[in-house]
Amino acid sequence: MESEKVMNEKIDPIIWKDFSKILKPYKGDFIKLILMMVVVGALETIFPLLSKYAIDNFVEKKSTNGLISFGLIYLLGIFIFSISIYLFISRAGRLETYMAYDIRKMGFEKLQLLPLSYYDTTAVGWIMSRMTSDIQRLSETISWGLVDLSWGIAMMIGVTIAMMILNYKLALIVMTVLPFVAIVSLYFQKKILNAQREVRKINSKITAAFNEDIQGAKTTKTLVREEINLEEFSHITSNMKKSAIRATVFSSLYLPIILLLGSIGTALAINFGGNYVIRDIIGYGTLVAFISYATQFFEPIRQMATIFAELQSAQASAERVFSLLNEEPDILDRKDVIEKYGDIFKPKKENWPNIIGSVEFKNVSFSYKNGDTILENFNLQINPGETIALVGETGAGKSTIVNLFCRFYEPSRGEILIDGINYKNMPQNWIHENLGYVLQSPHLFSGTIRENIRYGDLNATDEDIIKACKLVDAHEFIMSMEKGYDTEVGEGGGLLSTGQKQLISFARAIVRNPRLFVLDEATSSIDTETERIIQDAIQNVLNGRTSFVIAHRLSTIRNANRILVIGDGKIIESGTHDELINLQGYYYNLYKNQFIDEESKNILG
Amino acid sequence: MKEFKKLIHFTKGFGLIYVLGIISVIISQGITILNPLVLKTTIDSIIGERAVDSFTVSKIINFLGGRDELRGKLWKIGLIIICIALFRGVFLFLKNTLSSKAAEGIAENIKNRLYDHIQKLPYEYHTKVDTGDLIQRCTSDVDTVRRFLAIQLMEVIGSLFMLMFTLVIMFNLSTKMAMVSISVLPITFSFAIIFFKKVRKDFQASDEAEASLSTVLQENLTGIRVVKAFSRQKYEVENFDKKNKEHRDLTYRLIRNLSIYWAFSDFVSFFQIGLVLIVGSYFTVTGSITLGTLIAFTTYVNMLVWPVRQMGRTLTDMGKAFVSIGRIDDILKQPIEILSPTGREPIIYGGIDFENIYFAYDEGKYVLKDISFSINPGETIAFIGPTGSGKSSLVHLLPRLYEYNQGSIKIDGIELNTIDKYWIRKNIGLVLQEPFLYAKTIKENIKLADPNLSDIKVYEAAKTASIHEDIIEFENKYETLVGERGVSLSGGQKQRMAIARTIIKNCPIVIFDDSLSAVDTATDIEIRSALTARKDKATTIIISHRISTVSEADMIYVIDKGRIIQKGKHRELINKEGLYKRVYEIQSSYENRSKCI
Repeated sequence: MESEKVMNEKIDPIIWKDFSKILKPYKGDFIKLILMMVVVGALETIFPLLSKYAIDNFVEKKSTNGLISFGLIYLLGIFIFSISIYLFISRAGRLETYMAYDIRKMGFEKLQLLPLSYYDTTAVGWIMSRMTSDIQRLSETISWGLVDLSWGIAMMIGVTIAMMILNYKLALIVMTVLPFVAIVSLYFQKKILNAQREVRKINSKITAAFNEDIQGAKTTKTLVREEINLEEFSHITSNMKKSAIRATVFSSLYLPIILLLGSIGTALAINFGGNYVIRDIIGYGTLVAFISYATQFFEPIRQMATIFAELQSAQASAERVFSLLNEEPDILDRKDVIEKYGDIFKPKKENWPNIIGSVEFKNVSFSYKNGDTILENFNLQINPGETIALVGETGAGKSTIVNLFCRFYEPSRGEILIDGINYKNMPQNWIHENLGYVLQSPHLFSGTIRENIRYGDLNATDEDIIKACKLVDAHEFIMSMEKGYDTEVGEGGGLLSTGQKQLISFARAIVRNPRLFVLDEATSSIDTETERIIQDAIQNVLNGRTSFVIAHRLSTIRNANRILVIGDGKIIESGTHDELINLQGYYYNLYKNQFIDEESKNILG
Repeated sequence: MKEFKKLIHFTKGFGLIYVLGIISVIISQGITILNPLVLKTTIDSIIGERAVDSFTVSKIINFLGGRDELRGKLWKIGLIIICIALFRGVFLFLKNTLSSKAAEGIAENIKNRLYDHIQKLPYEYHTKVDTGDLIQRCTSDVDTVRRFLAIQLMEVIGSLFMLMFTLVIMFNLSTKMAMVSISVLPITFSFAIIFFKKVRKDFQASDEAEASLSTVLQENLTGIRVVKAFSRQKYEVENFDKKNKEHRDLTYRLIRNLSIYWAFSDFVSFFQIGLVLIVGSYFTVTGSITLGTLIAFTTYVNMLVWPVRQMGRTLTDMGKAFVSIGRIDDILKQPIEILSPTGREPIIYGGIDFENIYFAYDEGKYVLKDISFSINPGETIAFIGPTGSGKSSLVHLLPRLYEYNQGSIKIDGIELNTIDKYWIRKNIGLVLQEPFLYAKTIKENIKLADPNLSDIKVYEAAKTASIHEDIIEFENKYETLVGERGVSLSGGQKQRMAIARTIIKNCPIVIFDDSLSAVDTATDIEIRSALTARKDKATTIIISHRISTVSEADMIYVIDKGRIIQKGKHRELINKEGLYKRVYEIQSSYENRSKCI
């Protein structure tokens, strides 16, 4: 949205240079398309000549000689014309759709490589609009713009040549109108496009307002805000009406002006051409052809004015698309690492060492790009199979530690060793392939329950899946559904309850049989009852696996081998549950308050 | 037909402008068809030697100075052509601006009506609403109707009149040629209709593929953490590629089908034009029509062929408008709340009496049974009870978000359901547990109930609700935008915002519906003491799980399964066996029990 405001008025060569790389594979298509448009444009120039021929050779000479062959030629002409129409529309369509496909593919691959820090600072909506509408607009304008442009140029050249050959004096006279047409067209097309952009902007405000209207209805009622709401809303709609009408005023002024200029061309043709006919300088056929050409000239000019106006917004789209495509990921595997172990898309797993599970944070510091330091000289050693629980306030650094462990972030200083190997010496997916990860907000993908669990291990058999589900006590509720494991979970898992989604995301992690495990607030959305039931399951899963557990609910972490209380990026308490309770410090207080809340809820529901 | 009536109903107030727009389009078409006649006459009788056969035309020629004069001053003819274009332009302009004025006005009206209607739909409707669908109806369906009125209907009417006018003129000029000129038209027209009916499926398939592409993308982006953690980039890329290809291929198929249509219909149209030229030339040679007539016909056939081709497409599109009207009407048909039917607005002091209240959402399933209690103005009472016990339903009855089925509620002795909803809601501040904040600034959000309140009042309310300190931490302080494009507030901050915007109303009755649940205990106490310190003490109803929150109330009611099972002051209740005592013991005596954990 920002960039639309500061949209560049001028053509920016850097962007179009970037773009030419994308166009490269379509060079042949482009040339073919341009040639085809030249044919279409040329044929369209010929139609008035055919009329002229008919008038000159049959009507004027009062003879029907050759009328039939003339008819056949005409038929052949429109046949070729139609074929070209078919070819150019389908070709341009192919160009448009294939180009959009290519850019989207590049964008999506880039998105998979960008690190989490990119997603922390970039709104999903922002990326979505680049990947959908901007790419759409770009490929549309490029392919159809090209079509219109070459057609327009071919046609203008064709018409000019035809007129010049027929009678150059008359041609020059009729063409005096053209500069005016061009100026008027450019002026209005720009105005129209800007006005339409304004309309779209207000329109998105209206959508947002409706959204608030619906979602905020309860608030509206309790605050008795109906009148003020309507007043504010009708202000937006009335603005919408005004700018929409403004946009139509521009376009409804433009058309009559162009028609008027066209009529002036026709008038000139009649005045001078008619005079030439009377003086026998030209025939009736030529006069008629000139009258046709006088009006035919305007369409290409109008088209080209539109294209130039559209090119501007296409350039803005291109800028946005390339800002995504040119984004440099700040976590990258080194070249030699990729050579030996493969990259994300082509891993060479045969060279990977197996992970046993010892982890060491060695003088690890981490700060965000904006300079906020979260961890400084953080040290932590974890034995294979140990479960580490992290407790602390929001912003204390728990998530950062886990993100570093998973290599979603990399240390700014210091190193993290897995089985004694600095993980930067291995590809990113070495860890990820060995990781079971359960998030606070369980994210599922559209598809069936079975497909979602298989996401954890693409080779898992149905038996593996059922086993995993039984382990986390999800089997029963899944089977109680009409379609069992083939139940669709809906977009983002929307058809299931949060608790159900959480259990499935548990099963998804377990089916991987990973060496490393992370539970990031994983039990917060499961009700107390269910949590108690799967508590044992969690225990079974974590057993023998190096794992991190972040939990708000302390009952989840009581059995961890070590509980670390994190404050301000440092470990302030460390020990088992019993040790920390006896310490009567931060953990003790936290546990006490939570215990009260939990127990009250047990009674109060 | 039903839909058509509704459409007419929507156009109320804009009928005249719209009809004027229609008249303009008819006039402009009428003017357009004059052009070929001028051309014909000029070629046949001014430049050529043929005598004028129409009385009117010869009168015009005489008016302009006679044939010989005109022959020498052909620019006069040119002027006529320019004048025709000028008039046509004026009416085209009128048609466009008038129809857009009407259509935009109608769309504005529909949107305002929808907006108002939605906010006045009963509370219950909003608990079950499908936001996406509703927004779709309010935006794209309204837009479909707008386009129908501003563009499609105008275009069809214009084409129909053009067809009529040209037919009349053509048959007047030459019946034979007229027949030739329209011989292929039915094919063009029916082909368009049949074709667009057929490709509707393709349009749909392409749209659906696009939607499913966005879904995959959206899910990948929101779940990127999972993708990375499971190292599924390759799988995701393949999955996206599949959808991307599908979208590409289906859209390409659609365009290819359309290109067949355009190619074929161009062929047919040009065939029609060629037919006129060739047969016309033959007739001219044989002398049955003049050269001018031939030229007129070649122009007229162009005026017929292209609009007819377009009409087939427009007509199939127009069907969508009626579907949209039905979908819009579905919303407007829902009964709304009448906010002030009687204008009864008694001054409210805050006395409340519940007498044997029964209430059910679904018939027969009572969630409140035989509830009776009373509060004097300025008193504070509290409700405590398990989830689903009916506490929230009980307080929702007071602002008349729901109507009680049996029994009586009196506010200062006046039966609640005789007081206007508008008035009672103005006088009751209900703080919801999960408040909704608008995408406005913090200040505007606190001033929601009355935008004219002074800033000082805003700060006071924010301080009372213990949110002031949080607000001045933000970079833009009270001008900070809330929501997607601004800061996102925590649950506790939202609740405190909701408290601030409620107490700023200064209502005689205030209800806290578990609205401190996300606020920590210390802040909770702070807020409550700030509230009790206020000058005009409001009648206060508190719902909470925390004993500390309810303990100072003048009267505490314990609710379970829709009934009041215990009541009394804190001191009394902790000495009686029951729910309250049990909760109290857990919450207060952790120290003693911690050893057994």
